[in-house]
Amino acid sequence: MGLLSKKDAQLILDPLADNNPITIQVLGICSALAITAELKASLVMAFSVLFVLGVGNVVISLLRNVIPSKIRIIVQLVVVATLVIIVDQVLKAFAYELSKTLSVFVGLIITNCIIMGRFEAFALGNGPWKSFLDGIGNALGYGVILVIIGFFRELLGSGTLLGYAVLGDPIAKTGLYAYGYENNGFMIIPPAALIVVGIIIWVQRSRNPQLIEEA
Amino acid sequence: MKQKLHEIKESFKGNKWAPAFNAIHTFLYTPNEVTHSGTHVKAADDLKRTMNTVIQALIPVLLFGIFNAGYQHYSAIEGFPENFSVLEHFITWRNFVVGLTTVLPLLIVSYGVGLAIEFVFAVIKGHEVEEGYLVTGILVPLIVPVDTPLWMLAIAVAFGVVIGKEVFGGTGMNILNPALTIRAFLFFAYPTWMSGDKVWVHGAVDGLTKANSTDAISGETILGFLAQNRAEDYAYSISDMFFGFIPGSVGETSALLILLGGLYLIFTKIASWRIMLSAVLGALAMGLIFNAVVDFGWIGTYSKFYSLMAFDFWKHLIVGGLAFGIVYMATDPVTGSQTNKGKWFYGFFIGFISVMIRVFNPGYPEGVFLAILLMNVFAPTIDHYVVQANVKRRKKRAEKAVIYTEESASLETQSA
Repeated sequence: MGLLSKKDAQLILDPLADNNPITIQVLGICSALAITAELKASLVMAFSVLFVLGVGNVVISLLRNVIPSKIRIIVQLVVVATLVIIVDQVLKAFAYELSKTLSVFVGLIITNCIIMGRFEAFALGNGPWKSFLDGIGNALGYGVILVIIGFFRELLGSGTLLGYAVLGDPIAKTGLYAYGYENNGFMIIPPAALIVVGIIIWVQRSRNPQLIEEA
Repeated sequence: MKQKLHEIKESFKGNKWAPAFNAIHTFLYTPNEVTHSGTHVKAADDLKRTMNTVIQALIPVLLFGIFNAGYQHYSAIEGFPENFSVLEHFITWRNFVVGLTTVLPLLIVSYGVGLAIEFVFAVIKGHEVEEGYLVTGILVPLIVPVDTPLWMLAIAVAFGVVIGKEVFGGTGMNILNPALTIRAFLFFAYPTWMSGDKVWVHGAVDGLTKANSTDAISGETILGFLAQNRAEDYAYSISDMFFGFIPGSVGETSALLILLGGLYLIFTKIASWRIMLSAVLGALAMGLIFNAVVDFGWIGTYSKFYSLMAFDFWKHLIVGGLAFGIVYMATDPVTGSQTNKGKWFYGFFIGFISVMIRVFNPGYPEGVFLAILLMNVFAPTIDHYVVQANVKRRKKRAEKAVIYTEESASLETQSA
């Protein structure tokens, strides 16, 4: 890879698989449960976190030598809150309907453990370019899982993808529904996301047994 | 045949498919291997015998369910017979045919899918196929409505066996009762097929075409009537409820046969009488509390809970799935409490919470499966505290104890 050194590439690729924030570090689970009933919401959430974490990591990294360590949490919160408000306002301006479905969960990005976690664990000790890559990597790792969960929950729970009826019309009984297929109501409710996350963790760990924790 | 199977098995020894062939072999014939060394404890109550006893206790219930499916079907079309007689109206050929054609596919799908998954996991993990599914497989068709679509059942069975059991390590390691996990999955995934007034009678969903009558078949359960505050609308007598000539899930209706099955399980020492008794007590206690609330006039007929609260406390035992759940599900030795004292708590809360869910949540007209699943989760906690209490008591006793040394003992004998 010409653009990135091997070490830098590792910063982006690691969180996508073997050090995934959701399935390995088990952070950010709450939002993964709350907003993944639809694929669209998962995508928007993924992009919002991508923006907040990417920019936030750079800002914190630039400020890392001037932040007094006693008040660093407050400074971090101010940075996240600012970025989240920007995201929220943009969504309200350009995608009002969507921002209504996401409701408080955009605001709750502030409390997403992944963001504070990366600020604390990485941006405070590394330069801006590395922090940027780390932020992007972790946000993508988070987003990938969100999109996978959103894909299965929307497909099985509502029979649609991004709002398009891919399995047919459940009321007019076309497509699969003509054969007696019905949507799985269980996938709509948040516990289903927990089970999908569990299955992803299961698959990931049986493919790479090194990830299995000591009991 | 046996010889051939044996040869096949030998040829696969050490291979990863060995467990699968071994399972077919031991399922059909006595194993041809004998133990080689030492003395072994010989006891008849291995897993297979336990499973077989439970299945024996379930067969009458299954047969009754088959006849009842047919009886409810024809009664819904032609109206309930006037002078009802068991031989004339219930145990009839046509009831049996209708029941068999609806219940047998459920049974086949349940066993087919469940055992297939057990086989796959046994091959992947390289262990012997476990018998754990034998009981679950017969329980599943008994706790679902007759007209449950087969593909839904298949998905639910796959979910229940994989997520409810195999992820925890297979038979004996599961936290939740697999049959109830399957029931819960069906309930939350396809609520329209698991509750309401159409699903309990065969043919009611597409009733008009089959019944050739102007009004659709209505097969509301008694709990369904009560939840809608229509207590006066059902025409079932107490003996109907007790003997089971009422609509409901396939195997849950006959309190009599479930009672007999329960006694059989108690006398063969397979199921715990403590759990059954305490669960019955728990249900009665909660029922009495609700009856008392009505008697004191704290709640009026306007309340949407009125009918269920005013329902005589002992009748809770003979309608719905409470009896079936207590006898066959709560007593599951894997997921229930292990300590004798713990069993009392565990059972009591199952009965108590079941009736509570029944009354307070008309959206869940049947609370038994939720109550048992909830207590499954709490069973290890209950056991923990029972064991800790025992440890504490013994420690106290040990502190107070006077320890006689050898000398003092010899002194005592001298003085005596």
